Amino acid sequence: MSLRLNNLTVSYQRHPAVHHVSGQFAPGRATAIFGPNGAGKSTLLKTMMGLLKPDSGSVELAGFARRDIAYLPQQSEIDRSLPVSVSDLVATGLWHSTGLFGQVTHAGRGRVADALAAVGLKDFAARPINALSSGQFQRVLFARILTQDARLILLDEPFNAVDARTTFDLLELIRHWQEEGRTVIAVLHDYEQVRAYFPHTLLLAREVVAWGETASVLTDDNLRRAAQTAAHWQDRAPVCTVSGEGTA
Amino acid sequence: MMHLYDLLVSPFVEFGFMRRALAGCLALALGSGPIGLFLVLRRMSLMGDAMSHAVLPGAAIGFMMAGLSLPAMSLGGFVAGVVVALLAGLAVRFTDIREDASFAAFYLLSLAVGVLLVSRSGSNVDLMHILFGSVLAVDDAALLLVAGVASFTLLTLALIYRPLLLESLDPVFLRAVGARGALWHLAFLMLVVLNLVAGFQALGTLMAVGLMMLPAITARLWAASVGGMLAVAVMLAFASGLGGLLLSYHFELPSGPAIILLAGLAYLFSLLFAPLGGALPRYVRGRHLEH
Repeated sequence: MSLRLNNLTVSYQRHPAVHHVSGQFAPGRATAIFGPNGAGKSTLLKTMMGLLKPDSGSVELAGFARRDIAYLPQQSEIDRSLPVSVSDLVATGLWHSTGLFGQVTHAGRGRVADALAAVGLKDFAARPINALSSGQFQRVLFARILTQDARLILLDEPFNAVDARTTFDLLELIRHWQEEGRTVIAVLHDYEQVRAYFPHTLLLAREVVAWGETASVLTDDNLRRAAQTAAHWQDRAPVCTVSGEGTA
Repeated sequence: MMHLYDLLVSPFVEFGFMRRALAGCLALALGSGPIGLFLVLRRMSLMGDAMSHAVLPGAAIGFMMAGLSLPAMSLGGFVAGVVVALLAGLAVRFTDIREDASFAAFYLLSLAVGVLLVSRSGSNVDLMHILFGSVLAVDDAALLLVAGVASFTLLTLALIYRPLLLESLDPVFLRAVGARGALWHLAFLMLVVLNLVAGFQALGTLMAVGLMMLPAITARLWAASVGGMLAVAVMLAFASGLGGLLLSYHFELPSGPAIILLAGLAYLFSLLFAPLGGALPRYVRGRHLEH
């Protein structure tokens, strides 16, 4: 079971958002991806999910099948105007056991109820999703991740527009996932959250600034370097000459 | 009693063409109603209109090759509609064009070709038939086509219901779990074209869109669940068909517009009075609850 990035480069119109990134995520632990805006954090997650194609290099997910991975995008494209109930939305997390036509079993219903209870929304099962606040909705999406029972969980800025209480509850859930031996990779902006809940950190500024134990990564010096690298931008940048082949 | 019987029942007892028209309306309601609802849920309400225009050149080519032949025109229309849906879908997938813009561009292209073909080859009467059809002239072959399409539509929808709904609800999730969302979407667009083609013999392309969309749009105002909306859409579509046929019989009106007009009136009524989404019930609300 390993989760490696091999000399990964992903670009938009030839400008790299993720540039020659190599390294390995600690399996069974929680890693925060930290960095300034435009540092390529979301791009990296999308590429790991296969939603974006790398220019060069590769993502290696040895030992993880598609069904082992859950992904929470930054701004979910969920159409909340659709007449769907909270429990139906959470039940979509059972996709890998129901497939296209399979029935949601009694056990599946139980898992949905348990997941809703775990995120504190026990009484919300029958509510339509358009009646939820953004914090409640984020709890619902976490409940769906619970029903997915994934071993690798990718979260992209999961606490935007979420109040302190909900953030705390969901962070405790992440701590619990870690205790269960699940690998969590989360893009975060809050220094304190990272230090309190994430033993590992990848400090990203298009390139890896530092990657390892959180305390050794989030130093003043590293953060300053990250801010400088991300701010560096030229319309007519020269072509990159670093080899895109092989692993670094 | 006798009076009501004369008014509502005897036209269908006495005339075979009325019975066939009624059966055609039932089949159209069963097929087009659910398709329309999914279009509404996917925010593609105008897509039906676009696709109905896209069908035209195919129908025209069918007409040029085989005259006023139902199989030729239907097949041509279906092929043209599917080609437009495919091209528009491919453009969305491989370029920066958005779906609505892509469909607008391709259906307009198709429509221009269609009008050109019709004006080169047929008289305006034929164009009128393609655009407006007549449910009272439905023969057995057309009836079989409409019924077959309705059956096929319901079966296919039952199969693709979950991925189709999930693709509207949360496309990124569907991609993340590795399901081929685009495939289901494409299958659905085929159904849209198929139902429009089935409808154009009976109602004409323009009116077929009406029976597809009006009851579906109205259904959102009456039901809170997808299942409930499906039921309302189908029942409203059939009721409009039944009422429209009777109106057309008693007042000697063209049947297609009469049917669509009734569906439209039901929509206008619902806009005002429907309990879930109507305008007036918002002003008649009970006192707020404790929590």
